Amino acid sequence: MTALAAPVRVPITVNRRYLAAGTFIALGLIDICVFGFFAHRGDAVFALSLPGARPHLPAIRVPGAWTSFVLGAISIGLGIVRLVMDVPRWAKRLTIAGALLCFLLSLLSWTDAGNSVGPLQVIDLLQGTLTASIPLVLGALAGCMCERSGVINIAIEGQLLFGAFTAAAVASATGGVWLGLVAGSLAGGLLGALLAIFAIMFLVDQIILGVVLNVIALGLTNYLYDRVMVPYANTFNAGNTFGTIKIPVLSNIPVIGPVFFDSNIFLYITYALILVIQIGLFRTRWGLRVRAVGEHPVAADTVGIRVLWTRYRNVILGGIIAGIGGAYLTAGSVGFFTSDISSGFGYIALAAMIFGRWTPLGSVAAALLFGFSYQLQTELSSLRVPVSSFILLMAPYVATIIAVAGLVGRVRPPAADGKPYVKA
Amino acid sequence: MSDQSGAGHSVPPGATATAQDTGPPAPGEPRGRLTGSAIIQAVAEGHSAVITILAVFVALVIGGLLIVASDPVVLRAWDSFGYAPGAAFSATWTSVSSAYSALFEGSIFSPGTISAAFHGGSIAAIFYPLSLTAFEATPLILTGLSVAVAFRAGMFNIGAAGQWIGGALVATWLGYAVHLPIAAHAVVCVIGAFAGGAVIGWIVGEVKARTGAHEVILTIMLNYVMYNLLSFLLSSQSAMQAPGQTNQVAPAIAASAMLPHVGGPPPQAGVGFLIALAAAAALAWLLSRSTVGFQFRTVGASPSAARSAGIRVERVWVLAFLIAGGLAGLSAATIVQGQTQPLTFNSYGTYGFDGITVALLGRARPFGVVIAGLLFGALNGGGTLMEAATGVPADVVDVIKGLIVLLVAAPPLIRLLFRLRRSGGAGPQAVAAKGWSG
Repeated sequence: MTALAAPVRVPITVNRRYLAAGTFIALGLIDICVFGFFAHRGDAVFALSLPGARPHLPAIRVPGAWTSFVLGAISIGLGIVRLVMDVPRWAKRLTIAGALLCFLLSLLSWTDAGNSVGPLQVIDLLQGTLTASIPLVLGALAGCMCERSGVINIAIEGQLLFGAFTAAAVASATGGVWLGLVAGSLAGGLLGALLAIFAIMFLVDQIILGVVLNVIALGLTNYLYDRVMVPYANTFNAGNTFGTIKIPVLSNIPVIGPVFFDSNIFLYITYALILVIQIGLFRTRWGLRVRAVGEHPVAADTVGIRVLWTRYRNVILGGIIAGIGGAYLTAGSVGFFTSDISSGFGYIALAAMIFGRWTPLGSVAAALLFGFSYQLQTELSSLRVPVSSFILLMAPYVATIIAVAGLVGRVRPPAADGKPYVKA
Repeated sequence: MSDQSGAGHSVPPGATATAQDTGPPAPGEPRGRLTGSAIIQAVAEGHSAVITILAVFVALVIGGLLIVASDPVVLRAWDSFGYAPGAAFSATWTSVSSAYSALFEGSIFSPGTISAAFHGGSIAAIFYPLSLTAFEATPLILTGLSVAVAFRAGMFNIGAAGQWIGGALVATWLGYAVHLPIAAHAVVCVIGAFAGGAVIGWIVGEVKARTGAHEVILTIMLNYVMYNLLSFLLSSQSAMQAPGQTNQVAPAIAASAMLPHVGGPPPQAGVGFLIALAAAAALAWLLSRSTVGFQFRTVGASPSAARSAGIRVERVWVLAFLIAGGLAGLSAATIVQGQTQPLTFNSYGTYGFDGITVALLGRARPFGVVIAGLLFGALNGGGTLMEAATGVPADVVDVIKGLIVLLVAAPPLIRLLFRLRRSGGAGPQAVAAKGWSG
């Protein structure tokens, strides 16, 4: 849409150092004033083991209000540190993580303080966070794959949805969940191939393309759902799912075991893909070439890298990864396909990728944050919280806006992202 | 759409969604003369209007294949193709023609109403499908304009849904909580809706201008904030929930705040449609004739060049998003004040996201957005009737809409399909796509 202009330097009219410090202090004041003073009387209890698990860890019991006071004070302290000292980059990241952790812990102790329903099941919360993050992580990784090679992928939502539909249909029709997984990933890859062909061969604007593919995927899956899946539900939407796989030794470790090593195949696929893509993109020859194509295709072409081929391959691989994420939504969790089952996860994944600055690990961290907030809402609905759940549901999104505005600021996409390459 | 390159404003490269076909005409190329030979030439060269018509045609053909391929009656007829080949073809034809004729009758014109009018029926009924189309198109045109104005300033507004909710909340509150005389009340509500949407849009522009945060993240996040804010306000008796209700629903707005309708009760086009047309005209003037619009287009074409030329880029971002939000708010006003149903937690529907496709199909030109909005309105209105009459799910219309935009955005594909010559000189087209960095 715009000419091939150099990225614009946005003159930042706020001083980021003060903004970061101000954000931490504001979070600390919320910890103290809201979660501290408005806490119910009594202790907050965090259960660290599932009932009946062995070895059984004792639950942690802390006074609700005082926990929030202490955590708020730590957060304010971090803010003051940032205000008076110019700390190195790793320390900055540490302070961000610290302030966020204080905020989340004080939120949790506030929700559980004096609660008669029972202790807060930390394991459930963390397990739920990981599983809720799977489609987001895979979607964000798909985005990284495409955009690092210079093709914008807004179609993550459509790839998730189409993958979910195909996985449910094939798993149900053939009775084989593995076939469903393969079919789902291929469906995502098919949308990826469409994205690649229209973006690379027909030079269609990539933002239009992504939005349009989402519209088509939504319309097509809704249509086929109404026309085929609902009337023939026993054949095409029987709800076949993967079983859980316990990793032999690791799953017996307290806390870590049940959270990280007791899930179905999708979580392990996700681990593998995170590792492969992060190392692949930044530590291998393949990754160097992909990044070169995404940053400066002319230079890459000059040294003999096949620009268009690299882009085709990456966009299709990205689609396949998003398709796996889609397959998780049906064959990996509920089994049944329902209309618009991805419900905006693709857009959240897109935001996670940008929030994570187009790096796999950054995207994963952002996706986990969204997954946590998503899971928190389900946990909180079972606890009696004195504030409307809708206000709490807003919190992660407001937090993201604050984080993007105050802490991350201007992000720099790959230089050739979204720009078709036409050989001169 | 129309021949925009001949219409006077020489287009800055790229301010449009698809810049391929709207570049200035090549020297010596006959354009704008609508003689017979010029028309033939336009067809042969794949003029942008021709491309659009062919794109609609191809999309309808693919949609037809989809309808046929999933129709059990047709599939059974093809199973016995060996015994009765004629039956297979006739079943196929019946399936697709009945669906599309229902689509047409629901959105443009139904022949039955004419004979009914001769036999003492209502003459207004003849125009009912067109009125329904205009009614369906109204909110889409306005959200389309919202997305388009951001496009022209080089930004992507995925947040029309959140801005829509901002407008809807203000319009609804003013509609039931304030008491004013009949015309003034409606006007105040419409202005309130504009303001409500504009505030949400302004937040995006202001944060982007001050901190450099990316508008795509900001708008997506604000959408979710607004969905939850709407649910919160509609589920609390002390906020906006209708008294005595347990569902998430607002009180009905006063009759004095309703926008009048031309030909009877909704769904009928009314003042809301006129608001949409007026907004399009105002935006067209703003973008092509005013200093502000020039600044928008310059920033959209190249922010760094605009900055060098002394344009305050940040101010343009803020203003563009403010206007975008206001237009999305107006879209909400036409629904909240144009329908008898009160605001509910899912009133925002898909207007925000449909606005993106409408703006893309309309190439971010106000006039194009109106045409695109009418086309999509016709498909939406007709699709509902098609589902009722033939049982073909109306979702097929969404596929058709997506395909239309996809094909319009890819003129080379249409040229390839129909063996059209390439217009202008040979060689690769100067395509400039928008990256993330604006």
